[in-house]
Amino acid sequence: MIVVGVSHDFDQWCDHARRLLRRRVPPDAVAWRDADAGGSLFDPGVEDSGTAPAVRLPATFLERARTVACHRDESRWAVLYRLVWRIGVEGDRGLLLDAADPDVRPFEVMHKQVRFDAHKAKAFVRFRKVDDDADGERYLAWHRPEHRVLPLVGPFFARRFGVMRWTIFTPHQSADWDGRSLTYGPGVDRDPMSERDGPNDNMEELWKTYYRNIFNPARIKTGAMLKEMPRRYWSTMPETGIIDELLREAPERVKTMMARQQDENPGAEAFLPPKGHRSLPQLRSAARQCEGCELCDVGTQTVFGEGPKDARLMFVGEQPGDEEDLAGRPFVGPAGRLFDEALAAAGIDRAAVYVTNAVKHFRHEPRGKRRIHMKPTVSQVRACLPWLRSEIEQVRPAIIVALGATAGQALLGRTYRVTQQRGELIDSEQWGAAVLGTIHPSAILRMPDQSTRDQAFEQFVHDLRTAAAAA
Amino acid sequence: MDLARKLAILADAAKYDASCASSGAKRSNGRLGKARGLGDTDGVGICHSYTPDGRCVSLLKLLLTNWCVYDCRFCVNRVTSDTPRARFTVDEVVFLTVEFYKRNYIEGLFLSSGIIQSPDYTMEQLAEVARRLRQDERFFGYVHLKAVPGASGELLEKAGRYADRMSANVELPTDADLKKLAPEKSMKTVDLTMSALRDRLIESKAERKKTRSAPRFMPAGQSTQMVVGASPANDRDILTTATRLYTGQNLKRVYYSAYSPFLGADGDLPAMTPPLIREHRLYQADWLVRFYGFDASELTMPDAPDLSLEHDPKLSWALRHPAFFPVDVNTAPRADLLRVPGFGTRTVGRIMKLRTRRRVREADLRAMRTPMNRAGPFIRVPGGEVIKKTPELLIERFKPSDRQMRLFTRRLAVDQLERPA
Repeated sequence: MIVVGVSHDFDQWCDHARRLLRRRVPPDAVAWRDADAGGSLFDPGVEDSGTAPAVRLPATFLERARTVACHRDESRWAVLYRLVWRIGVEGDRGLLLDAADPDVRPFEVMHKQVRFDAHKAKAFVRFRKVDDDADGERYLAWHRPEHRVLPLVGPFFARRFGVMRWTIFTPHQSADWDGRSLTYGPGVDRDPMSERDGPNDNMEELWKTYYRNIFNPARIKTGAMLKEMPRRYWSTMPETGIIDELLREAPERVKTMMARQQDENPGAEAFLPPKGHRSLPQLRSAARQCEGCELCDVGTQTVFGEGPKDARLMFVGEQPGDEEDLAGRPFVGPAGRLFDEALAAAGIDRAAVYVTNAVKHFRHEPRGKRRIHMKPTVSQVRACLPWLRSEIEQVRPAIIVALGATAGQALLGRTYRVTQQRGELIDSEQWGAAVLGTIHPSAILRMPDQSTRDQAFEQFVHDLRTAAAAA
Repeated sequence: MDLARKLAILADAAKYDASCASSGAKRSNGRLGKARGLGDTDGVGICHSYTPDGRCVSLLKLLLTNWCVYDCRFCVNRVTSDTPRARFTVDEVVFLTVEFYKRNYIEGLFLSSGIIQSPDYTMEQLAEVARRLRQDERFFGYVHLKAVPGASGELLEKAGRYADRMSANVELPTDADLKKLAPEKSMKTVDLTMSALRDRLIESKAERKKTRSAPRFMPAGQSTQMVVGASPANDRDILTTATRLYTGQNLKRVYYSAYSPFLGADGDLPAMTPPLIREHRLYQADWLVRFYGFDASELTMPDAPDLSLEHDPKLSWALRHPAFFPVDVNTAPRADLLRVPGFGTRTVGRIMKLRTRRRVREADLRAMRTPMNRAGPFIRVPGGEVIKKTPELLIERFKPSDRQMRLFTRRLAVDQLERPA
């Protein structure tokens, strides 16, 4: 038995293998050892080199063999020699195609493991900025690969980080780039940065912030994570330090998210009567029980729409006001009286139209004995929308007049701008009607002087006439 | 607001975007020792980290802002949501990208945004980040920009000059879904934006054939995303839309993102855990179409328009087509081998190679780590036991066990599901 020591170097192994092959030493007569594994080693020697011609091998094999040589398992040299023997000496040129062969199999497995490890080195090497001296920035990395992959990945880092100066340390080897050339040196046993002063690169905290927030606690799949990022790589990656914490927090974070969901209004949908039981009186009575949003607790009662079932014109305001809330009827307060005036001026009979609001409860703020109107939030408008939708389905108006921005946006979407689009008849597929947006009568009441009020009133009446003519 | 707080908000807001790929672009940064700038994009993306949700971190995935004038009901950033808001400056995004890249945390940037002011204004901001990275920072890493549907042709053009990939999101599989859940969006607008990008891409490729120095445009092509499970659309609708986009718009990828209801809070939307298995099945089906020669219409049936949750789409197809099997491992064409459950492209490649040398036996398949319990009933190998195949028997054989059906093991089951093999 010839015992051959190799110091983790593919080219050195090639030299030894070449000599053995010239002497036609069969694989089972050689024992391969890593040179640093100890024991007495015999150099196969040059003195008795054989005379047989060197063997020819496919280039693809040599390329893959170079990768396999980086594997940490001592058995790799023997596997490589057996394959070289069978391909080169025995002439089995297609041997590598036989994935099931007992020599090809470990060759492929080792090849795959080294490739994985090299790929992970590209992914998991983490540079830290250590100083900013006259020569510019300098970056150091400490990485613990399974195998001796640094020569396989050095050029990758040199290409990618060519404008930086950096050194990557591993237990086996180090690689250094000075901006022009790549050199390899000895390895170190532990993180060389752990002994430096203030090795903490302040980008690491930001990176952890990113990592924490890009993770979705609602879909934990630690198995998938561990498969791609085995624990053996964790010690040199800053973000892995918070994984346990993230996992611990996850159930709580999900609970908070769900609680927030439950706190938010469920919407009116759940309070609608079943289909087939949605006549106006049925809707009106069901709406009294609505708890679709938090406004059910603030007003005295639900103010539902009113008007004939066959109305051609429907008016939608924002929400009931103080007087409407007490009376339980829409448009009966100051704005309602102005609205009635305008209807009369436009020649519209209020008894023939349907009048309602986008939100059916009075949102307000108590101030002393008074209740001050507050605009409903968009989510409250959305929560209430099923009632309005049901009213429209029952009445089937030809024209819906949206009074003010809130009603306009409830019917035409958030991008609707009453200032730009007032008075336009907009066909809405969703509502099966044309929608005309105009100013809310209360806005006229709030105008500062009589002349602008008069002008706005005229304009308002004009819009109402347009709607009536189209209906 | 400090940078860390903004980063927390705008990364959190971006986590629902499924896309994180960084492959398909080559952007060489000069020769060794003669680098022109920072970074390199060699065509193969690298996942630099993995989060406990099993997803990889390849790109710095951020929103420029999560303010949005739209009110898409499935989206956490819709105007009516009470989520905390923030907005990065262009400088801040550039800074984070460059500094993270230098530490080898990321492959590049994936920048999306809520719609602020208008599609054009938003697109302009996104394109400006990319321009700064390329021109001022001489950054050669990967840049993926959201293409804002409805943005002008000139702005899309500008963005595509600096980006490797762009994606206009269809958001939902059908126009009816969009009408209902994303009233400000329409399939037509998205299609027009995609077409503008596609046309410019084709034009640019032609120019580069004539002159090598012609500017590159979006070398990694375009992709899109749709939310799954927020609307009534079935898997057949979804796959039909995906096919239309792959073929008509020449998309590189379609991403499917399970609607995550915890942030939805809209009464109309389903309040259940995200349909992760369904999402997974869609990816498997998508994979079968792109790499296994399946036609999307084969994977579901008109009267059963959803993919099976129990079986992966390839096994489902096999169970519906017992007459197609057994496939003879030693004589069948490659396309037929690809239809065998348990056979991946790699296994099929190895079989084809080994066949040029000798007959393939069952032991070979085992040595290749082929899951024989799945593949066995569908193949013929010399001397191999082939299970008698009646459809009933096969369906019985692949019936999930009671244990797998129990709810609390569901998450585990997702973990253990494999890619289509």
